[in-house]
Amino acid sequence: MDDMIKVFVIDRDEKRHALDAPTDMNMNMMELCKSYELPVEGTCGGMAMCASCHMYVQSSHDISERSEDEEDMLDEAFFVEENSRLGCQIKLTSDLDGLEVKLAPVGE
Amino acid sequence: MIQTDILIIGAGPCGLFTVFEAGLLKMRCHLIDSLPHPGGQCTEIYPKKPIYDIPAYPSILAGELTERLMEQIEPFSPGFTLGERAEIVEKDEDGQFVLTTNRGTKHRAPIIAIAAGLGCFEPRKPPIENLALYEDKGVEYIIKDPEFYRDKKVVISGGGDSALDWTIFLAEGVASAVTLVHRRPSFRGHPDSVQKVMDLAEAGKINLITNAEVVGVSGDGNLNALDVKHKSEGIMSIATDHWVPLFGLSPKLGPISEWNLNISKNAIEVDTFDYSTNVPGIYAIGDINTYPGKLKLILCGFHEATLMVQSAYKRIFPDKNLVLKYTTVTGKPGL
Repeated sequence: MDDMIKVFVIDRDEKRHALDAPTDMNMNMMELCKSYELPVEGTCGGMAMCASCHMYVQSSHDISERSEDEEDMLDEAFFVEENSRLGCQIKLTSDLDGLEVKLAPVGE
Repeated sequence: MIQTDILIIGAGPCGLFTVFEAGLLKMRCHLIDSLPHPGGQCTEIYPKKPIYDIPAYPSILAGELTERLMEQIEPFSPGFTLGERAEIVEKDEDGQFVLTTNRGTKHRAPIIAIAAGLGCFEPRKPPIENLALYEDKGVEYIIKDPEFYRDKKVVISGGGDSALDWTIFLAEGVASAVTLVHRRPSFRGHPDSVQKVMDLAEAGKINLITNAEVVGVSGDGNLNALDVKHKSEGIMSIATDHWVPLFGLSPKLGPISEWNLNISKNAIEVDTFDYSTNVPGIYAIGDINTYPGKLKLILCGFHEATLMVQSAYKRIFPDKNLVLKYTTVTGKPGL
């Protein structure tokens, strides 16, 4: 199908999940992970306000820069790296086919 | 002892609307919330966010929704216990529930409605090995009394206003040494506070370590050192008496998980007939509950609250026949 891409998510037990992701539903990575019941909280519902969908982008896809809001919220995340992103700020588009992310560790 | 008909845990939109529906049936409500103000997530996390799926409101801000709900339930004079966490639930000899908060406030009611959303907001704890060993032995997530840090070495982590404000406060003649560790060079706090922290660092009154993060804790019973990982310089050890990680709040199920309720995936299982839990007299509505087909929407929470109070009424008044009255016929029949 034209409107589907494949993305890969490595969970906190190092298990790699291949997910079919629609690109025509205005979805983001946080929502996609939740719909596959992967352990992503997404407390705030995707407004870059809670840092509970922190993930690392492992593939070399060109994703839009972090916004100032996203930077601010990453301050409340742990083990933030150069490739850290909030899943809710990664919009699923056709050029992200093959994207690979790893879920960041969470606190208690 | 506060006595009421329905004790509602959680003063978010769903808990607030329960007061209205219960009020129509002449039942009184009292709400408990760990936050100091009503509204739950709507006021704590996203008061300025527009919500588009409230019927008849093409768009309403979450904060405004809370205000409107408060206005709608005002005629029913609900009671509030705010800033306290519902902690212990027991049953007395009359079969009523007695609920005690973390501050010891006691409430009594025949019905409990849990409308606690994602749980109560608690400090976010870093995923660091052995951290729990040093909690209250040098690691604190909230500064309750700054005097506690007098003449001590303190490390603060975080980039928001609370991290900046406490750094400034403790550096001005309270702690013997203050270190602020933050993951990047810029801060999201108030510009005045950011400037003050920069000035203190310039003057050598605090040790400011940016592009860094605490990755390890160690001590001999009490905390005495932290491992701080700097982006380019690697890991260094910092001697300290206290570490205060300030990474904001996140919701946790908390004490509710110990009330013998059936829980699945951090949510309370309910019967969709009336949103009752496995404990007779305790109901769960809104984001906190789960059932096949569950959707976490404010809209659905309102519906659940409405059906729940009908069932609650029958439990409290088993001999009375309940007739649903439409508000368009009689106004608010509870008044």
